[in-house]
Amino acid sequence: MSHLIIAPVVLPAVIGPLIILWMRHDLLLQRVFSVAATAALAGVALYLNLLAAGGEVQVYRLGNWAAPFGIVLMLDRLAALMLLLTALLALAVQLYAMGSGWDRKGRHFHALWQFQLMGVCGAFLTGDAFNLFVFFEILLIASYGLMIHGGGEMRLRAGVQYIAYNLAGSTLFLAALGVLYSVTGTLNMADMALRVAAMPAEDTALLRVGAVLLMLVFAIKAALVPLHFWLPSTYANAPGPVAALFAIMTKVGVYGIIRFFTLVFPQDAVTQSVVADLLLPAALFTLAIGQVGILGTRHLGRLAAFAAIGSIGTLMIAVAQFTPQGTSAAVYYLVHSTLAAGALFLVMDMIGARRGDLWLRLDRVMPGNGLVAALYFVAAIAVVGMPPFSGFVGKLLVMQATGGAPAMVWIWAIILITSLVAIYALSRAGTILFWKSFELGLAPAPPAAAAAGPKLEPDEPVQDLGDAPANWLAVASVVLLLSGIVALTAFAGPAMRLAEATAAQLHDPDAYVSAVLEGQEGTK
Amino acid sequence: MELLLSSAIGMLTAAGVYLILRRRSFAVVLGMTMLSYAINLFLFSTGRLVVNAPPVLRDGAASYTDPLPQALVLTAIVISFGMTAVVVMMALGAFLEGGDDRVDMPRADRLPADSLSADRMSGDGDA
Repeated sequence: MSHLIIAPVVLPAVIGPLIILWMRHDLLLQRVFSVAATAALAGVALYLNLLAAGGEVQVYRLGNWAAPFGIVLMLDRLAALMLLLTALLALAVQLYAMGSGWDRKGRHFHALWQFQLMGVCGAFLTGDAFNLFVFFEILLIASYGLMIHGGGEMRLRAGVQYIAYNLAGSTLFLAALGVLYSVTGTLNMADMALRVAAMPAEDTALLRVGAVLLMLVFAIKAALVPLHFWLPSTYANAPGPVAALFAIMTKVGVYGIIRFFTLVFPQDAVTQSVVADLLLPAALFTLAIGQVGILGTRHLGRLAAFAAIGSIGTLMIAVAQFTPQGTSAAVYYLVHSTLAAGALFLVMDMIGARRGDLWLRLDRVMPGNGLVAALYFVAAIAVVGMPPFSGFVGKLLVMQATGGAPAMVWIWAIILITSLVAIYALSRAGTILFWKSFELGLAPAPPAAAAAGPKLEPDEPVQDLGDAPANWLAVASVVLLLSGIVALTAFAGPAMRLAEATAAQLHDPDAYVSAVLEGQEGTK
Repeated sequence: MELLLSSAIGMLTAAGVYLILRRRSFAVVLGMTMLSYAINLFLFSTGRLVVNAPPVLRDGAASYTDPLPQALVLTAIVISFGMTAVVVMMALGAFLEGGDDRVDMPRADRLPADSLSADRMSGDGDA
């Protein structure tokens, strides 16, 4: 048992309050500590991946209490992979926030960032259902603060909606946990899996209610149609880097569905077919609405938000198969879509910084047009899933995994047609932004930042380029995210083998259960 | 007692759902509070309803009531209390910035200001 398993929770939990208490007024110190903490988190996550690569499920018993009574943290391949993905995304996006000057538009950006990471990492690690709820609340309450970072009317209005929607989701989560507890009498996920498996089929009515309620909760977090209404306004109005970090938040919902419906309610249980029957149509609608939404919107933030919804749709189609092949395709596409959505949000923020707003309309040529256009081009190709990047590989894997499914015709048709819609929508947006603008001539050069000093208008929806303290860092961090996508393409073979090993581990829940409940000598 | 508790949970939930579907943030906050009361009562009942029994086993105790839901309710109360405070602050901020306490987003969130003509703006005004 390695004590480093709890480090992804403890590290941000210590650094966050330290930043608030000791470095409140010193942005430089905040930046140094916050980036160092996130980099350390990435290092720990890398080590945990090596630890999990042995194929053994690691258990960390908090306070050394015996398992169904005490809370356990669990480290398996999926949890380790999600931790690494979170840390790398957070690191790149944090560098962007510093380079573009977003982090100084309001106070406590870095503290909230750390609390957000604590909640996300905890949600990936925990092996206790109620503890999962608590970590969800931690990540949500930090995200409320991050979402309205910088202030402004629209942002606050969208924030109220976001909170209201998620509070309703939290009450639903508690209701689901209450139902499951009343049926199984336990909250430990491994113990719950044992009791669900031992339950006679005619007594599972309440259990099925609990399972569907739980799926609804995770579907809200993952923004699955028809529970996606909170996402477009929230992501479009959130600061660019925050929206990019939120790319991992929808994946927490996806993670919850994968975890619960492979471990607690696996294939052979009565509950499984109910969930799969609901999930697949919802995923298809999500994909269609997301991609058509890209075409319909006139706001760049919403455009990226709808692209994120579409990628969740593709992801959930693979998850809804509940086969090892489907799950491995989902794991690969999950990594890809997180990086791609994050990069697209950052590129949109770069465009906003150069144009002064985020509306998709004809305007004069922005400064640095060629560079931004190149980044947009790569991010857009990755998002729609065209060759040569990993989106193409991911979509191919999803289609391969659904090859023998009864709804194969529908799935393939919707994936292919909506990809065409997305290609059209994103190339139209790119043409308006980068090419047609030459009809109106060049925009006047922005006032020199050094002379004017940072003006820091907090209510602006975008962070102006003139306010960026280190624009090269912002560009470099977008390049970093995009190079992650390139690496995922170049090393698609090893990545796919990792995804297959992850899926194989997920579809063999006995190892997970016995790791928690057996070999407990020496515990309290 | 079962009837009393279940009807209380049902009525609180119904009132809460009705209120969170309103367009004013005050009603939404009240609805949230009612929903969280309903859920707390519901969580309490998941350990089965037992009267006059100790939650911790002692010598001579014939029966006991499940202590775990009580601990869960305690956690849920703390979290929902904190969240209510956050939503009140946020709603207040939106009211001060925007001048009204409507929960739905104005059209200016979806369309640029210059494409909103005067009559379309008025259709979106106070309701």
